[in-house]
Amino acid sequence: MTEAVPSYLSPTGQEIVFLLLGAVAVGSALLVVTTRQLVHAALWLVLCFGALAGGYLVLTAEFVAWVQVLIYVGAVVVLMLFGIMLTRAPIGRSADLDSNNRVVSAVVALATAALLVTVVIDGFRTAYAPLTPGPGAAKELGASVFATWVLPFEALSVLLLAALIGAIVLSRTDIPGGSPDPGTAHLANPDTSGGSPDETRSTGSPDRTVDGSPPDQTGGH
Amino acid sequence: MHIVYPAVVSALLFSIGVYGVLARRNTILVLMSVELMLNAVNLNLVAFDVWLGDRLHSGQVLTLFVIVIAAAEVGLGLAIVLALYRNRRTVDIDHLRDLAEPTDERLTPAQAAALPPTDGHTPTSPPTSTPSQTPAPPRTPVPAVKPASKPQLTTETEDAPATGGPPSSEDSSHRTTPEATGESEAPVKRGGGSR
Repeated sequence: MTEAVPSYLSPTGQEIVFLLLGAVAVGSALLVVTTRQLVHAALWLVLCFGALAGGYLVLTAEFVAWVQVLIYVGAVVVLMLFGIMLTRAPIGRSADLDSNNRVVSAVVALATAALLVTVVIDGFRTAYAPLTPGPGAAKELGASVFATWVLPFEALSVLLLAALIGAIVLSRTDIPGGSPDPGTAHLANPDTSGGSPDETRSTGSPDRTVDGSPPDQTGGH
Repeated sequence: MHIVYPAVVSALLFSIGVYGVLARRNTILVLMSVELMLNAVNLNLVAFDVWLGDRLHSGQVLTLFVIVIAAAEVGLGLAIVLALYRNRRTVDIDHLRDLAEPTDERLTPAQAAALPPTDGHTPTSPPTSTPSQTPAPPRTPVPAVKPASKPQLTTETEDAPATGGPPSSEDSSHRTTPEATGESEAPVKRGGGSR
C-alpha cells in the first residue's frame, strides 16, 4: 500500500477522471448551497450525486455507484422536490433563502475545510491504492452482505420499515381520532404515575369499598 | 489512485455541507446540505475500503447502510417538515423559535396573568375531592380524583396557597370550576383509554 508511491506529477487517466468528477461534484455542491432558486438547488444536487456516482465507478465500487444513482438521484431528490412542492415554495428566485449569519457560516466552513484538508493531506500523502476491478461488484458485495453483515442488514430493514410507518403517521391528517387520543392517553398515564400519593389514596379507598374497583378497571381498559 | 484525491474531495464536500446547514434558512435546503455531508462520508468510506482492500468489504457495505439510513432520514425529515408547514405555514428555520429563551418582556406578564387561575385550582380541588370521595358512590370518585391528581403535576403548586388562599369567595367559585372541567375531561380520558 504505502511502498513505491507514484509521483503526483504524472497522474494516471483514472486520477484525471476522478479529479474532474470531483470538481464537478464540489462545484455543483457549492451551487446547491448558494443558489437563489429552490428548485435549482435540488437539480444541482442531482448533478452532485451523479458526479459522485461516477467517482464511485472510478474507485471500482460499481454496486455502490448504482445504488447511489437509484436511491439518491432517483428517490431522495424526488422526495426533496415533493417537499419543495408541498410546502408551496416559490418557484422563481427568492431572496430569503439565506440566513443572516452567512459570513459566520462561511468562516466556520472555511475553517473546517482548511483543517480537514490539511490533516488529510498530511496524513495520507503516501497512501496509494492500485485500482483493480472486481471487489466492488454486486456478486462480492452481495456475498459479503448476506454472509457477514446479515444482522445489521436485517436491523436496517426494520429501521426502514419503522421510518416508513413513522413518515406515514406523521404526514397523514385523516387518521380517525389519531392525534388527540394517544396524546391524552400519554398525558393520562404520567398523571396517574406522577400524582402517585393521591392515586394510591384514591385507589386504596375504592378497594375498601369493593364496588369501586370495577369501574376503575373498565375505565382503564 | 492516490487516496488523497477522494479524501480531499470529501473534505470539501463536507465543509460545503456545513456551510449549507449553517447558512440556509429553508428547512429543505438544510436537509439537502445534510445529504451533502452524508455523501462526503460515503466517498471517504469507499475510498478507504479500496485502499485497505478489506476482505469483508466493510467500507462499501457501510456505504450502503449509510445510503439506506439517509433515505429513511430524508423521508422522516420531510414528513416532519410537512407537518410543520401544515401547522405553522412556514418552513423558515429562523422563525421557528419556540424552544428558544423568551427574549421580550411581554411574555412574562402574560404568563404571570395566566398562571393565577391555574394556581387557584390546586389548593381547592384536593379538599373537594377528598370529602366527596369518602361517602361517595363508586362511580363519582373516579372523575373527582382525576383533576385532583392532575393539577398537582403542574409546577406552580408551591405558590398556589399564597394566591388562592385568602379570598374565600374565590375559593367557592374556583371550587365549582375544577369539578366542572374535571368532569368534562374525565370521560374524554376514559374514552381514549377504552379505545
